[in-house]
Amino acid sequence: MLKIENLHAKVEGNDILKGLNIEVKPGEVHAIMGPNGAGKSTLASVVAGNENYEVTDGKISLDGEDLEDLSPDERAHKGIFLSFQYPVEIPGVTVTNFIKTAINAKRKSQGLEDMPAAEMLKKIREKAALLEIDKTFLSRSLNEGFSGGEKKRNEIFQMAMLEPKLAILDETDSGLDIDALRIVANGVNKLKSKDNAVVVITHYQRLLDYIVPDFVHVLADGKIVKSGGKELALELEAKGYDWLK
Amino acid sequence: MSLQNKLAEAFKVNTKNVTVENYKKEAFEAFSQKGFPTTKDEEWKYTSLRSILKNEYGIESAKATSVTAETIAPYLVEGLDSYKLIFLDGVFQASLSDTIEEVSVKLLSEAIEDASYEDVFKNKYNSLAKGQTSLTDLNTAFTNEGVIIEVAKSKVVSKPVELVYLASGETAAMLLQPRNLIIVGENAQVKFIERHQSIADVATFNNVVTEVFVGQNGIFDLYKIQNDKNNASLVDATFVSQERDTVASVYTFSFGGNITRNNLSFSQNGPGCDSILNGVTILEGDQLVDNHTLVDHKSPDCQSNETYKGIYGGKSTGVFNGKVIVDQAAQRINAYQQNDSVLISDSATINSKPQLEIFADDVKCSHGCTIGQLDKSALFYMQQRGIPKVEAEALLMFAFCSDAIKEVKIPALKRKINQLMADKLGVNIRFDEI
Ligand SMILES: Nc1ncnc2c1ncn2[C@@H]1O[C@H](COP(=O)(O)OP(=O)(O)O)[C@@H](O)[C@H]1O
Ligand SMILES: [Mg+2]
Repeated sequence: MLKIENLHAKVEGNDILKGLNIEVKPGEVHAIMGPNGAGKSTLASVVAGNENYEVTDGKISLDGEDLEDLSPDERAHKGIFLSFQYPVEIPGVTVTNFIKTAINAKRKSQGLEDMPAAEMLKKIREKAALLEIDKTFLSRSLNEGFSGGEKKRNEIFQMAMLEPKLAILDETDSGLDIDALRIVANGVNKLKSKDNAVVVITHYQRLLDYIVPDFVHVLADGKIVKSGGKELALELEAKGYDWLK
Repeated sequence: MSLQNKLAEAFKVNTKNVTVENYKKEAFEAFSQKGFPTTKDEEWKYTSLRSILKNEYGIESAKATSVTAETIAPYLVEGLDSYKLIFLDGVFQASLSDTIEEVSVKLLSEAIEDASYEDVFKNKYNSLAKGQTSLTDLNTAFTNEGVIIEVAKSKVVSKPVELVYLASGETAAMLLQPRNLIIVGENAQVKFIERHQSIADVATFNNVVTEVFVGQNGIFDLYKIQNDKNNASLVDATFVSQERDTVASVYTFSFGGNITRNNLSFSQNGPGCDSILNGVTILEGDQLVDNHTLVDHKSPDCQSNETYKGIYGGKSTGVFNGKVIVDQAAQRINAYQQNDSVLISDSATINSKPQLEIFADDVKCSHGCTIGQLDKSALFYMQQRGIPKVEAEALLMFAFCSDAIKEVKIPALKRKINQLMADKLGVNIRFDEI
C-alpha cells in the first residue's frame, strides 16, 4: 500500500531523512520507534505532503501511485491520515463543523454531494461514543484550550470519522493516561481491517500492548537501522537505542 | 476646473429655512477655506482623495431615474423582514420603500419646509457634525436629501430599518451627499442597516453624514455594509451622541469600493454608557479602507469595546486610527480596543495607530494591535484533513474575523455578511454553519 524508497528529505537546509525505506501492506500495523530528533515526525510530515519539507531524493507511493505532485489535501483524499504529535489550534471553528467540512471536502473530491445532515449527525454520535467524547466537547473550538490528552483523543475521533486507508499516528500516546490510552487504542483497533494499515510512531512500548504491531522499525539518524517483530519493541524498552548505533 | 472651484460656482442657498440656510453658508465658508484634505494633513496621511477628485462630477441634482425592485434586490438583506427606505441618485423612491408607522420618518427636503421641525434643526441637526472636517462641512453645504428619523420614548421598533442609497450610474461621475439624522427617544430601541451602492460601474463619490442621538436608556444598532463597485468611493462621517445608560453599537463591514473612509465618533454624555465599535475589512486589488474612530468618554462608569479585523490582499491598503479620550471626570472607565490585521499579499499594507488620551486616573484602558500572516501549520493541519488550501485559508480568515461578527443581532444580516465574506474570499462555504 505505502512504499517508501530511498527517501531523502530536508528542512530549512538540514538533511533529516537520509535514505529511508519502508513498505506497508494492507492489513498491517507497523511501529516506528527511535530517539528524539531521529526524524520520525519529519517522515510523517513528508508522507502527508507538508510543503515545509523538501524531498531531495527517493520516492513515496500509495497503491502504486507516486505522491510527489499531490498536495496535502489530495493525499488526504487518497486516504492518508496523520494524527499530529502536536495538533494545531483552530480558534473559531468547532470540532463538529471542522469534521463536517473535512468529510464533505473529501466527498466533493469524489464527485459526491454533501453527506446528508442526519447521516452526518448519526456518524458523529457513533464515533464520539466510541471515543467517549461528550457533546459539549464537540461544540468547542478545535483544539483551543484542549489538554494534551483531549487533543490526541480528538485526533483519533477525526480518524474514526474519516476512515482512512493509511493512518499514521505520531506519538498519539503522549499525554494520555492509561484509561484514555485504552479508549484511544480501542478506537484505532475498531477501525482496523484487512484493507487498511496503521503506522504507529511511539517512544514507548506501552501503546503497542494495545495496538499490536506486525513489524517494529527503529529510525535513527534519518534511516531505518533495524526492523523486527513486536518483540523488538520490548527489547528497545529495556535496552534503549544506544546499542544500535 | 477643479472640483472645489466647480463646487464654489454651484453653491447657492435655496432653502426656505433660515436656520438651515445659515448652516449651509457657514459650512460653505469653512469648506472654502479648508478645501479637500490632502495627505499633508495628519488625519489623511495614508488616504489620498486624488483618484476621487480627478473625476468630472455632475454637481446639479440628478435627473429622475428609476429602478426596479429586481435590480436592487441584491443590495438588500435577503430574507429579512425590514422597513426599507430606498433612495436613487439622491431622490427618495416611495414605490420601493415601506411606510413606517412605528417611527416618524421625514425626508430632509420636506422637513426644511415644515415649521414643526424647527426645534430639531435648531438643537440637533448639524450640532454634532458642525465644523468637524471639511468634508462634513461640504455635506452640510450641499446636501439636499436624507432622512430624519425619530423614535418615540419607550418604543421598541419591531423590525430593522434598511437605509439604501443607490447611484444609478446613468449620470456619469456622480457626487452624492445624503444626510441623516436619527433621534432615539428615551428607553427606545432601534436597529439600522445602511448601504451606499452603485448599480453601474461608473465613478461615484458618496460623501455621507449621519448624526445619531440616543436618549437615556436607549439601545441603538447601526450596521454599515460597504461593498460597492470598484469605481465608487465613500467618505462617511457618523456621529453618535449617547445620554446616560445607553448602548450604542456601530458595525462597519467593508469589502468593496475604491476608497472608503469612515469617520466614526462616539461621545458619552452620561454615566453607564456602553459603546461598541466593530469592523471587518477584506480588501484586494487597489482598494483602500481607512477607519478613523473616536470614543470620547466624558462621564464616569462607562465602557467602550472596539474590535476591528482586517484582511488585506493584492495591493490594498488598510488604515486604522482609533482614538480614545478619557476626560478627567470620567472615572472607572473600561475602554478596550483591538485592531488585528492579516496581510495575505506582500504588496498589501496596513497602517494601524491607537491613540489614547487619558486624563482620569481610575481607568482600565487596553489596546492591542497585531499584524500577521495566516498560520502555516494551521493550514497544513486543515489540508491534511482534506480541506483544500483555498478553503482552509478562507476558514482561517473567517475564524480570524469572528470576534467582530459574532454579536451581530440580526440573523439574516449575519447570513448576508457571511455570504459576502465567502464571495470576497472566493469560496463556496456557508460560514454560518461553521
Ligand atoms: N520545521 C522544522 N524546522 C527546523 N528543523 C526541524 C523542523 N522539523 C524538524 N526539524 C529538525 O529535524 C530533526 C528531526 O525532527 P523530528 O522529525 O521532529 O524528530 P522526531 O519526531 O523523531 O523526534 C530535528 O533535529 C529537528 O530539530
Ligand atoms: Mg516527533
